[in-house]
Amino acid sequence: MEIKDIEKLAELAKIELTDTEKKGLLKDLDSILGYVKQITEVEVPEIKHEYENRNVWREDKIEERDFSKEIIIGEFPDSQDGFVKVKKIM
Amino acid sequence: MLDLKNLTIEKAKEAMRKRELTSVELTSAYLKNISEKNKELNAYLEVFDDVLEQAKRADEIIKKDEGKELTGIPIAIKDNILIKGKKASAASKILENYIASYDAFVVKKLKEEGAVIIGRTNMDEFAMGSSTQTSAYGVARNPFDKDRVPGGSSGGSAVAVAADLALCALGTETCGSVRQPASFCGLVGLKPTYGAMSRSGIIAMGNSLDQVSPFGKTVKDAEILFNAIKGKDEMDATSIKSNEVVGKKKNIIGIPWHLFDNGVDEEVINNFKGSVEKLKNAGYKVIDIKLPYSKYSLPAYYIIMPAEVSTNLSRFDGIRYGLRKEGENVSDVYKKTRSQGFGAETKRRIILGTFVLSHGYYDAYYNKAWRVRNAIEQEFRNIFKEIDFVMTPTTPTPAFKIGEKMDDPVAMYLCDIFAAPANIAGIPAIALPSGFTDKGLPLSIQFMASHFKENELFEIGKKFEEIR
Repeated sequence: MEIKDIEKLAELAKIELTDTEKKGLLKDLDSILGYVKQITEVEVPEIKHEYENRNVWREDKIEERDFSKEIIIGEFPDSQDGFVKVKKIM
Repeated sequence: MLDLKNLTIEKAKEAMRKRELTSVELTSAYLKNISEKNKELNAYLEVFDDVLEQAKRADEIIKKDEGKELTGIPIAIKDNILIKGKKASAASKILENYIASYDAFVVKKLKEEGAVIIGRTNMDEFAMGSSTQTSAYGVARNPFDKDRVPGGSSGGSAVAVAADLALCALGTETCGSVRQPASFCGLVGLKPTYGAMSRSGIIAMGNSLDQVSPFGKTVKDAEILFNAIKGKDEMDATSIKSNEVVGKKKNIIGIPWHLFDNGVDEEVINNFKGSVEKLKNAGYKVIDIKLPYSKYSLPAYYIIMPAEVSTNLSRFDGIRYGLRKEGENVSDVYKKTRSQGFGAETKRRIILGTFVLSHGYYDAYYNKAWRVRNAIEQEFRNIFKEIDFVMTPTTPTPAFKIGEKMDDPVAMYLCDIFAAPANIAGIPAIALPSGFTDKGLPLSIQFMASHFKENELFEIGKKFEEIR
């Protein structure tokens, strides 16, 4: 991995990094990937599960919730007429 | 004078029922300790201003003889569990001023019980860490030695109970975040079966792993808390009604010695061997077992968890809540907010997760880690057909010094080497105090059991409390 790979990942993750942070991350990632890489070499047979986890969905119907529209709007860092306000996209 | 050191939920409940103690008196005793000790220990990030009102309400209920298991019991809550109308920051700058808009399911349960919620406790930022040193609000200190860490990520909750700043506490586990601080602070910590309780209202780190987990001074306290907050919640599709599984008990403990043949502190190993002897003398059959896939639990964890982190934490972008740093356009706002709002470990895990999920590496890392994870789970399902418990030390070392391991992420990650198998397999595990080092630092052993067999962990835990 090189500095430009860290820069690419940071761009994907929408994080700005200083040069010191980039160097630190490069070193850390090398060391962490060096450790987790053993996973790629484990031989795992195709296992047939005797038990499968599955989600248990609720009924799709309208119900009372704890939070109100006002509470949620109150958390917006910036809003106008009850809408969240953001900088221009394009 | 209240003997808080030896107080348990049961004793407090009994004393309140007999009118020998009120919740206001009990809560005031803890508030007094907090005012004396919290500044140094940094267990609480905030003590709520309505604590005594909560206690008064609890006393009213007790007066009418309508008290439940936790009515009037002062409890500390980790800062990543939502309490409606209160701040919940996950010890991050990005959520510094975030006010929770609803109660977590487990908080709803505590409120129904009439528990007194004292405050929100310090933790590693977004629960990412094993020492409470990545908190944006300063380290928490271990009450047994203030130059040492309390463990993490639920370090503040552990300190609160160990230093008598609360009678019991809730933390969360993704990989050892309750068992490890329980071990460092001389407490009981229970990691329940994945799905035994709702994750609704828990600030997510790794969804396939996160689980609310109680701290107590005794096994009974952990059991009371577990029973009070467990259960199916329709807001969490992975929570289920825990059907107590009743199987034939063989009282056989398996020890995977091959998992800790090196890298474990000598005092930890000697204490562990001593505990094994005590269990043998108490009538348990102890056998050597092999768990060949389980030794890959921690590396699998450090692929699956960051992958989930990188997607989960994409919601913190400065748009809908929390910190916003202005920029020229919306992309700039995202970047500035996230760069200034997240700490170093959080950024590290987001970047790592982005990598393991990226094109060209996804199959080799993320998919493979899941296949290994499935093999580990199956390995535990198989072994529990033969035995009841898997036993290991809870942590490879006792509490370490503040500042240690901060510049070596892998060394920090290895703190959770024995915790990882239970989180990866989704099985329950309990950490139990097992003695002290020569310097007086707590030591701990852990038992793992089959899915939804928390009751068997409580049983062996109570037995161990008698014989240790």
